[in-house]
Amino acid sequence: MSRLGKITRRTLLVGAAVVAGGVAFGYYQYRKPYPNPLDGETAENEATFNPWLKIASDNTITVIVPRAEMGQGVTTTLAALVAEELDIALDDIEVEHGPAAYAYYNEVMTEEGPFPFYDESFTANAMRGAMKVAAKFLGIQGTGGSTSTRDAFEKMRLAGATAREMLKAAAAGKFGADASILTTAGGSVTDPVSGQSATYGELALAAAGLPVPDVALRPRAEWKLLGRSQPRTDMRAKVTGAPVFGIDVALPDMLFGTVKMSPRLQARPKSADLSRAEAMPGVVKVVAIDTGYGHGFGVIAENTWAAFKAAEAIEVDWEDASYPADEAGIAARLNEALDRRDGGSLRDDGDVDTAFADAPAENVLSAEYRVPYLAHATMEPMNATAWLRDGKLDVWCGNQGPTLVRQFCAGAAGLEEEAVLVHTTMMGGGFGRRIELDAALYATHMAREAGGRPVKVTWTREEDTTHDVYRPAAAGRFRARLGADGLPVALDMNIATPSVLKSILGRTFPSISPMGPDRLLSEGAFDQPYSIANYRVTGTEAELTIPTGFWRSVGNSFNAFFHESFLDEVAHAGKVDPLDLRRKLMADYPVALAVVEKAAVMAGWGTPLPAGRARGMAFTISFGTWVAEVVQVAEVDGAIRIEKVFCAADLGTVLDPAIVKAQMMSGIVFGLSQAIGQEITFADGMVEQSNFHDYDALRINQCPEIEVELLENAPRMGGAGEPGTPPAAPALANAIFALTGKRIRALPLSKEVDFV
Amino acid sequence: MTAGRGNSMKLTVNGTEIEIDADPEMPLLWALRDLAGITGPKFGCGIAACGACTVHVDGVPTRSCSVPVGGVVGEITTIEGLADGDTLHVVQQAWVDERVPQCGYCQSGQIMSAVALLDGDPDPTDAQIDEAMAGNLCRCGTYPRIRAAIKRAAAEKAKMGA
Repeated sequence: MSRLGKITRRTLLVGAAVVAGGVAFGYYQYRKPYPNPLDGETAENEATFNPWLKIASDNTITVIVPRAEMGQGVTTTLAALVAEELDIALDDIEVEHGPAAYAYYNEVMTEEGPFPFYDESFTANAMRGAMKVAAKFLGIQGTGGSTSTRDAFEKMRLAGATAREMLKAAAAGKFGADASILTTAGGSVTDPVSGQSATYGELALAAAGLPVPDVALRPRAEWKLLGRSQPRTDMRAKVTGAPVFGIDVALPDMLFGTVKMSPRLQARPKSADLSRAEAMPGVVKVVAIDTGYGHGFGVIAENTWAAFKAAEAIEVDWEDASYPADEAGIAARLNEALDRRDGGSLRDDGDVDTAFADAPAENVLSAEYRVPYLAHATMEPMNATAWLRDGKLDVWCGNQGPTLVRQFCAGAAGLEEEAVLVHTTMMGGGFGRRIELDAALYATHMAREAGGRPVKVTWTREEDTTHDVYRPAAAGRFRARLGADGLPVALDMNIATPSVLKSILGRTFPSISPMGPDRLLSEGAFDQPYSIANYRVTGTEAELTIPTGFWRSVGNSFNAFFHESFLDEVAHAGKVDPLDLRRKLMADYPVALAVVEKAAVMAGWGTPLPAGRARGMAFTISFGTWVAEVVQVAEVDGAIRIEKVFCAADLGTVLDPAIVKAQMMSGIVFGLSQAIGQEITFADGMVEQSNFHDYDALRINQCPEIEVELLENAPRMGGAGEPGTPPAAPALANAIFALTGKRIRALPLSKEVDFV
Repeated sequence: MTAGRGNSMKLTVNGTEIEIDADPEMPLLWALRDLAGITGPKFGCGIAACGACTVHVDGVPTRSCSVPVGGVVGEITTIEGLADGDTLHVVQQAWVDERVPQCGYCQSGQIMSAVALLDGDPDPTDAQIDEAMAGNLCRCGTYPRIRAAIKRAAAEKAKMGA
């Protein structure tokens, strides 16, 4: 990459991370496309039309899906975008992730900034436009923020449509016919007049060299694949145990390894005795690892188990942590931030202070809420394989940001980016954990010591759980003033949580300091479609340096619990049914109200349940998708059973209903898992939980029946991966209140009630 | 060099006898994955808490991460041994038909547990499904479709056996 490119990317990260207005770039430079990374990389009989498509003369059609498959179905839905315009079936194509490349930058991952999704004002849309420009210069190929489909929707259909027209143009020359009369179907171009036909494979080499035409995308009414559930392209591999994950990588003469990083996160070793580990059978080498992510040791061995055993035998005296060493200290920092309350208020409607100043005490409701740190606990533990030899580096890993992996691993190996190839595998879960670079970075450091042999580095579950980038703890103080009709005339939310953004920048681009409003502190609370005359949401950063990261739905994962639980308190205090409350407060937002009404109908809201059962409701718009959930619980021998979840979601446009429903269900189970039992706590500066026995998730015997209905009223397309998660915890807590009268204001709920 | 290994031993995996050179204390999972190159059984926890490593030993579902390879007696079946050539096992086919997998990482173990369940009880109740499958964790939350796929497979097996 050019020096200018480096500087631009670094500078822009500030813009993208922080979201500022006034991003000004040359229009020409913005319009100029990144080069096609497939150019010069194709086989002899193969042609590439654009970064997303290769066609070989034997009719092998390969679609590049440059987003990481972590179960969300991108290898199906994104491939279908190309196939739809190319008039081919999904069965007739091969899907590859492709190389790390700026051409695959994600245009919308940094789009939202400090505006709610439903804000269609000039300022909000101008900012979104500016952020798209910034995203292009940043060039980050990223999977996250529930953006893959939104980002690809136009560009991958265009990739198919332009190729189709180029194939037709080539056929027109071959047939001596006018291209406009030719038809495409089943991977062939046909002249209906003369009956001549040619396969895409026969035409590809000639067609790919033709000018790229302007084409109109097909209207929805003409879609054959999109809008309908497709068989997933990754299904067969995943039921046969095929080696599709990073942990399955096998290379000739491969070594195996693991890491033992400081249990006091990001602390350094004061002294270490490696001798016992080095002497263990099967151990090749123990190496020091010293990175912005953390400090510790890597064990290179002949097999993974030997590496695990040796890692246990490394004896280290670690430095103290830079953060409070225990729960009391962490709580004190959250409280300090709540007291300070000097963060920005991304929502500040009316005059909240005045509204409370003269409020009669009996009309004011106050409450404090709290949530703990959380680990991602992907099923596949962190791992990466690195092979450094002959001045080049290959890295294999499941990852959500291949261009960042390339950049950081090049730095760690002392190479230029051009000498690094990133092979992005499927991932055994991501949830935001695999946007991080630690696994690839550590493996690269170890590959430097592996004598030119590849080394596959697998973390133990214990290492994974205790060295995550955690969903931050958060706390809130909330108050509401009720009017005579029981509805809130004022709502004031004071939220404190450490900054995820600052944590990420600190370990990746430490020279950059974030500035401006940080939406992650209060998203899920400040950006919800309720009309309340005096309505303020303040997010203040707590001073805690425990590494935090993107955890499925990010700030929404706790702010939705805060907002929707407290709103339920307001409803009950005002003796207003939670559904009626939303009918009144959401009257200005028909898309929101429609999903609430739909979920209510699905759940039979308002109809009597047998004794010992109750329902709770919550709503959150996140990642552009409007979601209402109703949870039905039952009391079983003094414990709570989650019986049913009813979910109505509006994504605007649904491209694959089965995949979207699966994603909503998945998000709900993820949200219920955090609600019922998950908690990461600290003692002596170390994480106290280590494996699934003390950091578990919902099991099949606890899993409710889940019904999902999809609506398409929203004006813009929303995401699918995360929006199911936020309403699950508050809907459950609200149901438990309805059942027991017990208002639980802290997660996990299992501290107050038992679940069966 | 034999460090970390030590004993030559024979295992029967998916009907084929293989010879490996392993420390007998090494968990079966790592012997399969690192020494025999059989990567269908997945590493999830190492303490028999998630079920991703489930294989069958003489038909009994076994957490291969917590069984020393030296102590394994019997024929081992992994996910790779279920299909008959291109024809999927009835449980695998049910998994495809119900679109069960998302990330897919736990599904080798889920399918092995489900196959053993249906081998022992061709028509399990919901409670029996819950009991047999509770040891298999899925972070994508595919449980509702796992239940449906087990019932579909049970029905298919009944049709085939009838």
